[in-house]
Amino acid sequence: MKRALTGAFSRNSTRTVAAMAPAPRPLVAFHEVGRSFGSVEALAPCDLAVPRGEFVSIIGPSGCGKSTLLRLASRLDAPTTGSIEFATDSVGYVFQDATLMPWRSVRRNVSLLAELNRMPRGEITERVDAALEVVGLVDFAGHLPHQLSGGMKMRTSLARSLVLNPEVFLFDEPFGALDEITRGRLNLVLQDLFITHRFAGLFVTHSVEEAVFLANRVVVMSSRPGRIVEEFEVPFEHPRSLDLRYQPDFATLAGRVAKALEDAS
Amino acid sequence: MTTTRRFATTILPPLLVFAAVIGAWYFVSIVMLDESEKFLLPPPHEVVTDAFLEADVRSDIMAALWVTAKVAMIGMGIAIVLGSTLAITMSRAKWVERSLYPWVILLQTVPILAIVPVIGFWFGFDTFARVVVVVIIALFPLIINPLQGLQSPDSELHDLFTLTRANGMTRLTKLQIPAAMPDVFVGLQSAAGLAVVGATVGDYFFGRGQIGLGMLLSRYSSRLQSAEMLATVFVACLLGVIAFLVFGALGRRMVGAWSPAWGAR
Repeated sequence: MKRALTGAFSRNSTRTVAAMAPAPRPLVAFHEVGRSFGSVEALAPCDLAVPRGEFVSIIGPSGCGKSTLLRLASRLDAPTTGSIEFATDSVGYVFQDATLMPWRSVRRNVSLLAELNRMPRGEITERVDAALEVVGLVDFAGHLPHQLSGGMKMRTSLARSLVLNPEVFLFDEPFGALDEITRGRLNLVLQDLFITHRFAGLFVTHSVEEAVFLANRVVVMSSRPGRIVEEFEVPFEHPRSLDLRYQPDFATLAGRVAKALEDAS
Repeated sequence: MTTTRRFATTILPPLLVFAAVIGAWYFVSIVMLDESEKFLLPPPHEVVTDAFLEADVRSDIMAALWVTAKVAMIGMGIAIVLGSTLAITMSRAKWVERSLYPWVILLQTVPILAIVPVIGFWFGFDTFARVVVVVIIALFPLIINPLQGLQSPDSELHDLFTLTRANGMTRLTKLQIPAAMPDVFVGLQSAAGLAVVGATVGDYFFGRGQIGLGMLLSRYSSRLQSAEMLATVFVACLLGVIAFLVFGALGRRMVGAWSPAWGAR
């Protein structure tokens, strides 16, 4: 009797898990979230859920509240309407500028967040070494930021957030100021990170190509007040090679995103 | 080649100016001044022979130099502690900054000559009162420059500290104070020159107690000992210049590696 019951339960739970699998619990979920600054509505109420292992690009015209959205997703800011559900405390944030501490070497910049989280020294060293390796800066660990190129600064900034191995990773146009080649390379670095860690990614960009190349889903926002006007699933499997950008399927999708962006502006 | 070039571009021009000033000085004291007025401006070599090479005069000047330097250093020390404390307090809360700022500005605009007698009236005429004069005159750059430095870090860097829930103390020691150091040294350099002015003006006016450079100056001038007086003026200038150079060297050493204002390239 008892055994039968257990069996029934276990069968039952297996079925439940199987049914849940296509829609894993989101790590961040926006429910009708809006944000106004005084009388200016920066973000119109919007819904957005990002589960682990999904990379979402957000694209929209300037001043459409993309950065506001990231600040809300990181809890640096609170919504004026609606609510946000968080399933994790572990958030990485990469800003538009590298925002390094000019007095700290690359290594000490990368270790900053680990220090602030009071990790043991040995673990910090280990994680910093690993992060420097991933972004390819091992040979520059002792350099000061002003001795680095823009791309290297951004790599340092990436590594700094990477050290905490965040479950939710937010990017605010991190590669916007870089040249085409550096941007392409860093897109590949970022893709590798995503494949290895399967975080929930939110990536704000102005570039349609970059948005589509990196993401599983592209969200197009309209200008002020920002609202989500259209979403595109990106069917290509990771890892993707940079050549993908010149394939017809990719170009077609990018074209549809560009059209939606134009309509939204 | 480079040594010659360095000499020609950076060392020669000020030397030429020096030679021109000495030439003009000789011209005035030998050609322009009547024999009866010669005491007003003895030629440069007499300043050397009658003052610096005269053992009694030299020892008087050196003793006075030590008195003044001591007052300047004690005053600087107190002003550094007081200025940094005020700057940190003002950087902690906007309302503190707003309450104190006008009074800090007042400190800058107060005519030092007008309050020296008041200080003497209150605190007597010896070392302590002179130190008070030094503190008042040197304090302004030791508040305003550190304050500016403490407020200089990007808001994104502050965001990183917020994301890791760092407390105010961590923010101060790991972000604001290191960021403020280049400005602190700018403040120290300005204050060092002012401290010498304060220490000299103080005892010039008080005219009592230990003989410092100011008092010595007023004695020489009342006895029409112009060569001795000019020698004292040069020593006072030299003290200011040395203080300026010492803090400059310290600044380059401490933050020159990364701060563009202090020589980082």
